[in-house]
Amino acid sequence: MTVESTAARKPRRSAGTRKSPSTKPELVQLLTPEGKRVKNADTAAYDKYVADITPEELRGLYRDMVLTRRFDAEATSLQRQGELGLWASLLGQEAAQIGSGRATHEDDYVFPTYREHGVAWCRGVDPTNLLGMFRGVNNGGWDPNSNNFHLYTIVIGSQTLHATGYAMGVAKDGADSAVIAYFGDGASSQGDVAESFTFSAVYNAPVVFFCQNNQWAISEPTEKQTRVPLYQRAQGYGFPGVRADGNDVLACLAVTKWALERARSGEGPTLVEAYTYRMGAHTTSDDPSRYRGEEERLAWEAKDPILRLRRYLEASNHADEGFFAELEAESEALGKRVREAVRAMPDPDPFAVFENVYADGHALVDEERAEFAAYQASFADEGGK
Amino acid sequence: MAEAVTVQNMAIAKAINESLRRALDSDPKVLVMGEDVGKLGGVFRVTDGLQKDFGESRVIDTPLAESGIVGTAIGLALRGYRPVVEIQFDGFVFPAYDQIVTQLAKMHARSLGKVKLPVVVRIPYGGGIGAVEHHSESPESLFAHVAGLKIVSPSNASDAYWMMQQAIQSDDPVIFFEPKRRYWDKGEVNPEAIPGPLHKARVVREGTDLTLVAYGPMVKLCREVADAAAEEGKALEVVDLRSISPLDFDSIQASVEKTRRLVVVHEAPVFFGSGAEIAARITERCFYHLEAPVLRVGGYHAPYPPARLEEEYLPGLDRVLDAVDRALAY
Repeated sequence: MTVESTAARKPRRSAGTRKSPSTKPELVQLLTPEGKRVKNADTAAYDKYVADITPEELRGLYRDMVLTRRFDAEATSLQRQGELGLWASLLGQEAAQIGSGRATHEDDYVFPTYREHGVAWCRGVDPTNLLGMFRGVNNGGWDPNSNNFHLYTIVIGSQTLHATGYAMGVAKDGADSAVIAYFGDGASSQGDVAESFTFSAVYNAPVVFFCQNNQWAISEPTEKQTRVPLYQRAQGYGFPGVRADGNDVLACLAVTKWALERARSGEGPTLVEAYTYRMGAHTTSDDPSRYRGEEERLAWEAKDPILRLRRYLEASNHADEGFFAELEAESEALGKRVREAVRAMPDPDPFAVFENVYADGHALVDEERAEFAAYQASFADEGGK
Repeated sequence: MAEAVTVQNMAIAKAINESLRRALDSDPKVLVMGEDVGKLGGVFRVTDGLQKDFGESRVIDTPLAESGIVGTAIGLALRGYRPVVEIQFDGFVFPAYDQIVTQLAKMHARSLGKVKLPVVVRIPYGGGIGAVEHHSESPESLFAHVAGLKIVSPSNASDAYWMMQQAIQSDDPVIFFEPKRRYWDKGEVNPEAIPGPLHKARVVREGTDLTLVAYGPMVKLCREVADAAAEEGKALEVVDLRSISPLDFDSIQASVEKTRRLVVVHEAPVFFGSGAEIAARITERCFYHLEAPVLRVGGYHAPYPPARLEEEYLPGLDRVLDAVDRALAY
């Protein structure tokens, strides 16, 4: 045994009694389900990011969550009315998305899954833009660079690599912005997510991996994805992982701010696990009653992200009746606007099939477009009769 | 200041190396990335010396993860870079197949044209080098079937050099299949004269009796077949496709209208191979010109065999001549 190796063993012996940032606290919570603001030594490192938050900012977070939920409910209704083919509801995940979304700077870049409606809201993406793909008039279509909010990615986990590559580019450019990649507990099993952890760690890429552990990957509980708490996976890749109460908007805001600041200051990737719950179905095509019980849902309903902030706002006199009434009216107006926008959304021109397949064109696409045009034109004579 | 004549005789591998060097030199957004592309210069030495001259941030040794290589290249392209990634061998592209098919090929359309992905995926492909499993495959049809990708394969040093330049300049993703068994075949490269558009086929030998269509490693074979046939008094025309997607059917049609017979040759399995598409299209376009059905010579519907059997599996001089004879016998 060398002297060095003996010395190296010492911290390990005492590891159980030392405060290790990667394992303590087990859950960063700054606002309890009862709406009580909690502060302690374990969370102080994160708490400082929201310590001086103003009542106006708190009301802003509340407004974001309420409007996001209202938009989400409207989209679910529109699917039930046949206006959308499908909808992936974020019900229950508002705090995780608004907290993390509001932590981003304008020049940061976001890579979402297909459920990040709240993050899109924070980035200033018009909610109606999100609905085209669910109505079936396009596959996304918004300009990712307008709001630094990438297109929704449906293949689970793929976008974590795009985020990592983008972050590698940010580092090459010497820019001081950061990138955040969203994914879920199901995606954590994907090879692409593991590879993105490896690449980001090796290249010290300025990226935050924001995992919304909503407990369910369609019908499979998190136990079918992992044997360790997800945030602990980061340790094996050589970067920190933190679990935040995903239904606590302040915790999500604080932890994400901390992680993004690490990225911006050259400290590399961070994994944030927002521990939350998918209150609704996976999508409007899903039936959760086949695989989970009502009591579980009720237990999480008691931890509702919007309710707890409302309790805090009311208890601390940060918001009055007028604020809530105004917000209610604003919610209804948003619902109406979304409803009308979706119903007015035209079907695309049939020739859109051949558009944007290639940036520089392709002979076969041109040929098939012409064939299709000739075929379409063949009906013109019949129509005239 | 007048330069000396710059035409050089060089191997295909060297031509690609020189082309990458030129791209790295002329555009700071061009990156080269892949497994072992740095210090080692790639297992085929195609990227030899590039990291030394352009640094580790431009010529990037990546972790051993193909999906990660292509996925991060997509992210870099979204940031404004033009990555040229190397997949070490044909049979190792499949971990990246998902990223290539679901993301690289479709993101431009998904964004309604708002994002472009100028990514080149280099894949040394094909057999004939006595390798172990997964090192000799020809998966080009698996990519040609996917809209959003462009697929090219040079057969000679000049095309290797220039087609790489054009692929890097393309705003579309390009899968660049390099004929690995021809890496050391030499040819003239003129870095000052573009030989033609990226997606245009070329008649590399004129003839009147039958058209042979090939690309990549099979072009050389088809020229040898034409030489052998000439000794028997048959004049075969050889068309080097160069591009598989888009595919220059006009050039094949022009040749077949003249020769009235067509044999397509590729290493990839015949079943659902590019020859099937060519046969179908040319039959449609040249129905009244054809004197014989379009015949195909290629790999069999079997896993690529162990090296000691690959000469039986791969199209060779005699197998192609046999198909030529059958076509001429109609």
